[in-house]
Amino acid sequence: MIAWLNNFLGFLPDPLRILAVIVAQILPLVIVLILCVAFLTYIERKVIGYMQNRIGPNRVGPRGWFQPFADVIKLLVKEVVVPSRANRFLFLVAPLLSIVPALATWAVMPLFPGYAIADIDAGLLYILALTSLSIYGVILAGWASNSKYAFLGAMRSAAQMVAYEIAMGFALVGVLMAGGSLNLGVITEAQSGGFLSWFWLPLFPLFLVYFISGVAETNRAPFDVAEGESEIVAGFHVEYSGVAFAIFFLAEYANMILIAGLTAVMFFGGWHSFLAGSWFMFLDGTPLWFLRQPSLLWLCAKIAFFLFCFLWLRATFPRYRYDQIMRLGWKVFIPVTLVWIMVEGVMIVAQVGPWSSGG
Amino acid sequence: MITLLIFGVLALVLVSAALGVIVSRNPVYAAMWLVLSFVTSAVLWLLIEAEFLAIVLVLVYVGAVMVLFLFVVMMLDVDVAATREGFTRYAPAGTVVAAVIVAELLSVLWLRGSGLPIAQPLASQPAGHSNTREIGLALYGSHVFEFELAAFLLLLAIVAAIMLTHRQRPGLKVQDIAAQVRVRREDRVRIVKMDAERDP
Repeated sequence: MIAWLNNFLGFLPDPLRILAVIVAQILPLVIVLILCVAFLTYIERKVIGYMQNRIGPNRVGPRGWFQPFADVIKLLVKEVVVPSRANRFLFLVAPLLSIVPALATWAVMPLFPGYAIADIDAGLLYILALTSLSIYGVILAGWASNSKYAFLGAMRSAAQMVAYEIAMGFALVGVLMAGGSLNLGVITEAQSGGFLSWFWLPLFPLFLVYFISGVAETNRAPFDVAEGESEIVAGFHVEYSGVAFAIFFLAEYANMILIAGLTAVMFFGGWHSFLAGSWFMFLDGTPLWFLRQPSLLWLCAKIAFFLFCFLWLRATFPRYRYDQIMRLGWKVFIPVTLVWIMVEGVMIVAQVGPWSSGG
Repeated sequence: MITLLIFGVLALVLVSAALGVIVSRNPVYAAMWLVLSFVTSAVLWLLIEAEFLAIVLVLVYVGAVMVLFLFVVMMLDVDVAATREGFTRYAPAGTVVAAVIVAELLSVLWLRGSGLPIAQPLASQPAGHSNTREIGLALYGSHVFEFELAAFLLLLAIVAAIMLTHRQRPGLKVQDIAAQVRVRREDRVRIVKMDAERDP
């Protein structure tokens, strides 16, 4: 596909052609992501609605399918109010600072066998670096709003993100030890085989820590003290309206999809098929044979499952108290990851476990 | 050619961001300028194919250190006038320091022209060369002792810093979460068996 694009755009001078090819890969991904975000908001309201024995949105379009578009149009035509004593520049830049890392991280995501927009060597580090940048949007939004509530939200979220980033980083250390590489494509490759050879099994504690920390990193319920509508109104984005608010919203949901995708790639085999094991041999001759092949389909299915877990968590658990969040991050997750890294190291040295060939 | 152009633009951005750090009056702006200069120098490192160092620079300095900086700076109510008070008094000392730094930079430029091995341009590596793997091998192979020593020192520093700032305030009411989790029904409720009421 890339070779074809390169041929097609051959008439352009070299630097322009390279730029055009890159943009041609980025644009579809971003458009699909934004559409996913739009429908994720709809699905969230539907899923939580049914979990709470309600119907959820059902007025706009058939079964409420056009609800996201109604929301978007409403947000786009609303006025962006800048508070009078706010720091105007940072107030308007903050939403952008939160959306850019959420989208840029997708560059290294292995979407299907042998393809990622940027197949870079230190992909895992790149992800860590970029997710750690998303905190600036929140902090600056809270500070620039010149509002006590927003500032409290920013403080909470900054402390929370710093705490959970460490646990996430250690969980990723475990993944890179098992995969023997920092490249996400190679890590996915290392999980080939049925669902029993994916990393969730040998790295189960790290998987739990990573996913829960991911929920905390994205400031989602039950870790949403940064918004905490019952305590501090809406936290860091209390002063935002219209498009500026919509961008924060977009960033939060894009981050959710990202965490779901990364969990799928690092612990659930990415684009590998759930049915790849020898148990499902009988599918080979049937029209369903393609389900045994690794494909984008499987990555999407896994992302959808983890997104559902996000919504499920939100509908199930009450909000954590702030000190409990800190305790969970520092005193539970970090020791768990450290212990499991030690265990993994011993297993690698002793040549037991699925990674004895790699490592 | 293009590389040179990119380098020029980035160098310009880097220098102006560094200037922004020292001339901006608002401390939050100064911190953001510093973030910009870190990111720009990371990109400069990418240009010389040091991608591991570049990403780690962003991860450690922008992702962690500067967040804490910003945290502190936002909570301080910095009085701009007070910080400018000693400017004329410290200006001579500042000039001396600046002159020394400029002299050092010039001496690096002179070294470049002198043909010493330090002046060799970095060899560009073939595609597929893993910068990260090389650094890992160097750190955990030939330099493992120094590396572990540094790690131990850092751990010591962490423990010392926590010990210095950790204090037990008397009369502070905190929950003991472990005790809360351990609590059993028998500690809280007592089921009393009573006979049903009878007429006397």
